[in-house]
Amino acid sequence: METALAQTKTKMWTGGKSPFNVSYGKLMMWYFLMSDSFTFGAFLISYGSIRFSLNHWVDHNYVFNKFPFTEANLPLAFVSLMTFILIFSSVTMVLAVHQGHKMSQKGVEKWLILTILGGLAFLGCQAWEWTHLITHQHDVLVDGVLQHWGTTVSHNPWGPEVMFNGQLVATPGPVAFGGYFFGITGFHGFHVFTGVVINSIMLVKTKLGTFQKRGHYEMIEKAGLYWHFVDLVWVFVFLCFYLI
Amino acid sequence: MSAQITSPIVVTDADTAHVKKIWKAFWILLILTIIELILGLIIYNIDKTPDPSESLILAIKGTICILTLAKAFYIISIFMHLGDEVRNMILSIAMPAGIFIWFIIAFIVDGNSYKNLRNTDAGSRTYIEQTHHAPATGPSEKSDKKLD
Repeated sequence: METALAQTKTKMWTGGKSPFNVSYGKLMMWYFLMSDSFTFGAFLISYGSIRFSLNHWVDHNYVFNKFPFTEANLPLAFVSLMTFILIFSSVTMVLAVHQGHKMSQKGVEKWLILTILGGLAFLGCQAWEWTHLITHQHDVLVDGVLQHWGTTVSHNPWGPEVMFNGQLVATPGPVAFGGYFFGITGFHGFHVFTGVVINSIMLVKTKLGTFQKRGHYEMIEKAGLYWHFVDLVWVFVFLCFYLI
Repeated sequence: MSAQITSPIVVTDADTAHVKKIWKAFWILLILTIIELILGLIIYNIDKTPDPSESLILAIKGTICILTLAKAFYIISIFMHLGDEVRNMILSIAMPAGIFIWFIIAFIVDGNSYKNLRNTDAGSRTYIEQTHHAPATGPSEKSDKKLD
């Protein structure tokens, strides 16, 4: 009886051991991230679908061409800074996970702090970009009258240009642009924010020595998976809104 | 997993090799991003010319998409360590994600079809492709914005 039980327990799919050689928490984190990728994927694909169905879309090189503290025309510059910040914070996170493998409390703390700072810097950049888009007004010709619009979920001043009083003036562009841009980057920003919160909790728990007492730093790995996912999503947001 | 309990002072060869691998992935990601940015700026400059080649722009955009997929692969396999997991687990993530191939193609084609229906009043008239590009008018930043 005892030997029979021991035998069944060691079989691959009977519960004796993990068939994927990974803990429950980590596996479920992977499946959560997969489901989250479908959410983001649905948003981005719906954006692509709408964009393909319209004759005119905005030209991202003119919408996103400003940098803080300067009025110069710098397409792609600010968003590349944001991308570099996020890639770098991804590296610091993976180094924190690595220090966790080595059971080095100090190492985990150091790299986690850098990761949190990277996340906060990214959020700051996004706040500036949103503020700039919403508050910076542009001339738009609406029903023969010149108006000044910011870029919001209900106003898009980046439509095709027409001649008006001997000058090229933009007309209203597709309203969908603001909705998709603020919706998707906002949802991503929300993920960055929750990532920063999770990492901060991990930092506090590391400082308290919780993981040291537990004997492993697997929670840092799970938080790390989430953080890398945020970076992964940004790669695609960057592609869809700023590059193509 | 984190079962590898060693003294924090010991620095093994495997350890330095792993850190090296992480930094290598970082540099690859950085270089791919810089190439993407250069390609993005090339598109910007092609757009400014009086008669930009649509197919050339499309080819560059395709290249950028491929580079993005390469970046995604590096993030998932190196940073998220999925490459080190059991094969069955990788498949249990990768196979559902494969639905994206259908998802993207179906909805983009659908969007494109909707555009054609709209431009031809559901097929009742012929669609004349309109590629508006404003003539390059002087150095003024506002005026050289392209129309579509």
